Amino acid sequence: MGSYILKRLVSAIPVLLGITVIVFAIMALIPGDPATAILGSYATPENVEKLNRDLGLDKPAVQRYAIWLWNMVQGDFGRSFSLNRPVLDEVLDRFGATLVLAGTSFVLCSVVGVAAGVVSAARQYGAADRGITFAVLLGISIPSFFLGMMMILLFAVRLRWFPASGMWPIYGDRHLWVLLRHLTMPALALAVVATGVVARLARSAMLEVLRQDYIRTARAKGVPERGVIWRHALRAAMVSIIPVLGIQAGFVLSGAVYIEMVFQWPGVGRMLVDAILKRDILLVQGGVVFVAACYVLFNIVVDVAQSLLDPRIKT
Amino acid sequence: MSFLALLARNRLALAGLVVMALVVALALVTPLLPLADPDVTDTGNRFLPPFSEGALLGTDHLGRDLLSRLLWGTRLSLAVGFAAAVIAAVLGAAVGIVAGYYGGRVDNLIMRGVDMLMAFPYILLALAIVAALGPGLLNALIAVAAVNIPFFARNIRGITVGIAHKEFVDAAKLAGMGDGRIILSEVLPNVIPVIVIAMSTTVGWMILETAGLSFLGLGSQPPQADLGSMLGEARSALITNPHTSVVPGMMILVIVMAINLLGDGVRDALDPRLRSGALSRPMAATMVRREGPVPQPEGEALLALRELRTEFHVKQRVYRALGGVSLGVRPGECLGIIGESGSGKSVTALSVMGLVASPPGVIAGGAVHYRGEDLVGATYERLRSLRGREIAYIFQDPLATLHPLYTVGDQLAEAIRVHRGVSRGEARSRTLALLRDVRIPNAESRLDSYPHEMSGGMRQRVGIAMALANDPQVIIADEPTTALDVTVQAQILSLLDTLRREKGLAIVFITHDFGVVAQLCDRVAVMYAGRIVEEGPTQAVLETPAHPYTRRLIACVPELGEGKRVLHAIPGLPPAVDALPPGCAFAPRCDKAAEACREGDVALHGGARKVRCLFPETAPETDPETAAEAAQ
Repeated sequence: MGSYILKRLVSAIPVLLGITVIVFAIMALIPGDPATAILGSYATPENVEKLNRDLGLDKPAVQRYAIWLWNMVQGDFGRSFSLNRPVLDEVLDRFGATLVLAGTSFVLCSVVGVAAGVVSAARQYGAADRGITFAVLLGISIPSFFLGMMMILLFAVRLRWFPASGMWPIYGDRHLWVLLRHLTMPALALAVVATGVVARLARSAMLEVLRQDYIRTARAKGVPERGVIWRHALRAAMVSIIPVLGIQAGFVLSGAVYIEMVFQWPGVGRMLVDAILKRDILLVQGGVVFVAACYVLFNIVVDVAQSLLDPRIKT
Repeated sequence: MSFLALLARNRLALAGLVVMALVVALALVTPLLPLADPDVTDTGNRFLPPFSEGALLGTDHLGRDLLSRLLWGTRLSLAVGFAAAVIAAVLGAAVGIVAGYYGGRVDNLIMRGVDMLMAFPYILLALAIVAALGPGLLNALIAVAAVNIPFFARNIRGITVGIAHKEFVDAAKLAGMGDGRIILSEVLPNVIPVIVIAMSTTVGWMILETAGLSFLGLGSQPPQADLGSMLGEARSALITNPHTSVVPGMMILVIVMAINLLGDGVRDALDPRLRSGALSRPMAATMVRREGPVPQPEGEALLALRELRTEFHVKQRVYRALGGVSLGVRPGECLGIIGESGSGKSVTALSVMGLVASPPGVIAGGAVHYRGEDLVGATYERLRSLRGREIAYIFQDPLATLHPLYTVGDQLAEAIRVHRGVSRGEARSRTLALLRDVRIPNAESRLDSYPHEMSGGMRQRVGIAMALANDPQVIIADEPTTALDVTVQAQILSLLDTLRREKGLAIVFITHDFGVVAQLCDRVAVMYAGRIVEEGPTQAVLETPAHPYTRRLIACVPELGEGKRVLHAIPGLPPAVDALPPGCAFAPRCDKAAEACREGDVALHGGARKVRCLFPETAPETDPETAAEAAQ
């Protein structure tokens, strides 16, 4: 197992390098001159040239990439000009908030989605199946940002159950309870789409498995139907559900950008949008690379989970 | 059935199609409608509520007419979404076809790149592109299209790889056509349907994603507005004037939902498995819908089938898999059931404990009596408590019939624990004893093996051990040795025979192999087209077959040491059980068939030797046993 994890980690290195190349290449597309963007259009040519030299922009692209990469490896993601602080510090601060939000939604969508899919398959064409199928269709069709806004209207403004925005109150203590109250609505709004996708997949994976010969064997042994569904069929269906959970993690991270805007959540997504609008390229670059790298590492965790579940995978 | 007819049958998909057609039509005629200018501000009339005079849906924070903005915004959102889908599909397909067609290093390089792009959560890539190009609707469109290219490339590559090795492509190459022409004239036409399906399922996403970027303020810039930026601008007035948010939000919801419904419909219509209803899940026990009187128990048999009829209902067709099967087995006896594939042997076996997959299986008549109790009419809970405890199964191909993800120890222990409340430790020691009973070497270490780590023979021993777990009275073995080689088969058979003698088991043994029957079975029943055509003591049936079908079946068996001889294959095929001929089902293939054979039902007659034939090879009466019985 240890050697398998090590192998997967080593194989992630080229992917991580590829990510930096892609991000660097996209950023190299920027029309015009970053120094002008930073200094504004009234800058003198001397100042522009000086800044270009300071930023190392007068060097060839390959060399610039190498420097950027080497600095990142050493933990230096550059400095955000709009916030005037190191990019990595800002990203790390913000990423914590995103992790709380996206992590909660991911757990929600996995548990609720799989459970809904299993129930749906077990009661195929029954009332529960139809109800779940309709809810899933609604869930995957509603834009999460619109859902979030409607939730604010209903649960924050009308019913006053939850605060409308933010992660912490401006005044007062930072208890877990306070966090949960702030977290409930954004986490739910973010989880809805992914839950729908997972439920759909879990349903069809379960239907596929329930037709297998070993399910008939379990029934022939006299295993009660509940055990057939949750112990025999679900275990086998998880083999095809888990990779999709890995993909959903990416969708949850993506959706978090919208949800963070709607609920004023101080996460990395809102930081990225602000950075784009302020043309703070180093912050965008650093944020994207950091989050993408975390996602790649998370998918290694998914692979390891998969190999623990399925003894047929050679580790 | 045509694709459109199938789509039309799916009412939800049809509803999606109608809604989508309406929205598209509205978007197309928007410039012709007598609407207010969507961009003219009138701050005196800000936030008019819906149904105000002159503004059906009210006005927004700058006093602009919401209905007009909604329709123009819808037009823009649809256009951008479709454009992104088309760009992504065309570029993605081009990349995919090139990778799939050329293969080798080109393929490798391209797919590595695609994998890299897919390693990003999609929005990061889109944000990076917008960051580089600057906010704006066109740039958002480019970003969304670019992000979706890998998805298309991967799908289309898969299809192209399959096509690139087909004969017609080779033929085109031999005919001297260039790669470009082959791609355009041979590959592309075969890939286009896949591209269209992929587009129909992703266009909803594209609309949602571009709306999302606009919502963030990175897409369309004021005063021009698509649905996303309308929603984004309305956000600051969400609490005071919610209608400005609800109007564009609902429109996005309606559009995306209609497209999803339509996409699902298209996918379902094209999936052959859904068409045949093959994706329905088997229920816990076979459905019972008995017509006619339920036979009463009689005789001293431990397990007795009486006029059992099992059918498969697929759409309008009814396949009569069992047309009234009667059999019995006594304690310590081994009954063989023999027949060709599709004769109904396995269905007979599975019907006993309600294990025929249902839907489509239905038990339509007859009874199964176990110690006088009717199992067909039993409740599910009663049936479950008997399964594996009193009547146990051994299946063919234990690689498919053992759960691949549990150790054999766990699976055996489960068989015990579902019927008896024993501790884990007890279950484990009992499991160990079972593995030793079926002569598995190193039983201790085998407990923690997975099925895929064992040989076929070992797996089948595990299957037998599982059947023996609760000391059942009856074992139904459905071709348990078919997947094994001859030496292993002999071992398994002798193991079953020993167990039968030691424990007094009744065995129903299903096979298509006369050699196996001769070795193991006391009596044998021959099945053809869902009915028993001959039954009797094994030796008598094998030596003097009474039914022409049995005789010819035996003649098909090659014998060792007999030298070369002509093997008499039976001409023709068994009849389809959804269209059985009247009279004897074997008549069309029988060289002795007469007019009488094709009229009316032929009864199974005789005593210990029974035959269902008007002109039997040997009169069953000449059988000494029956003659003695008749004489009494």
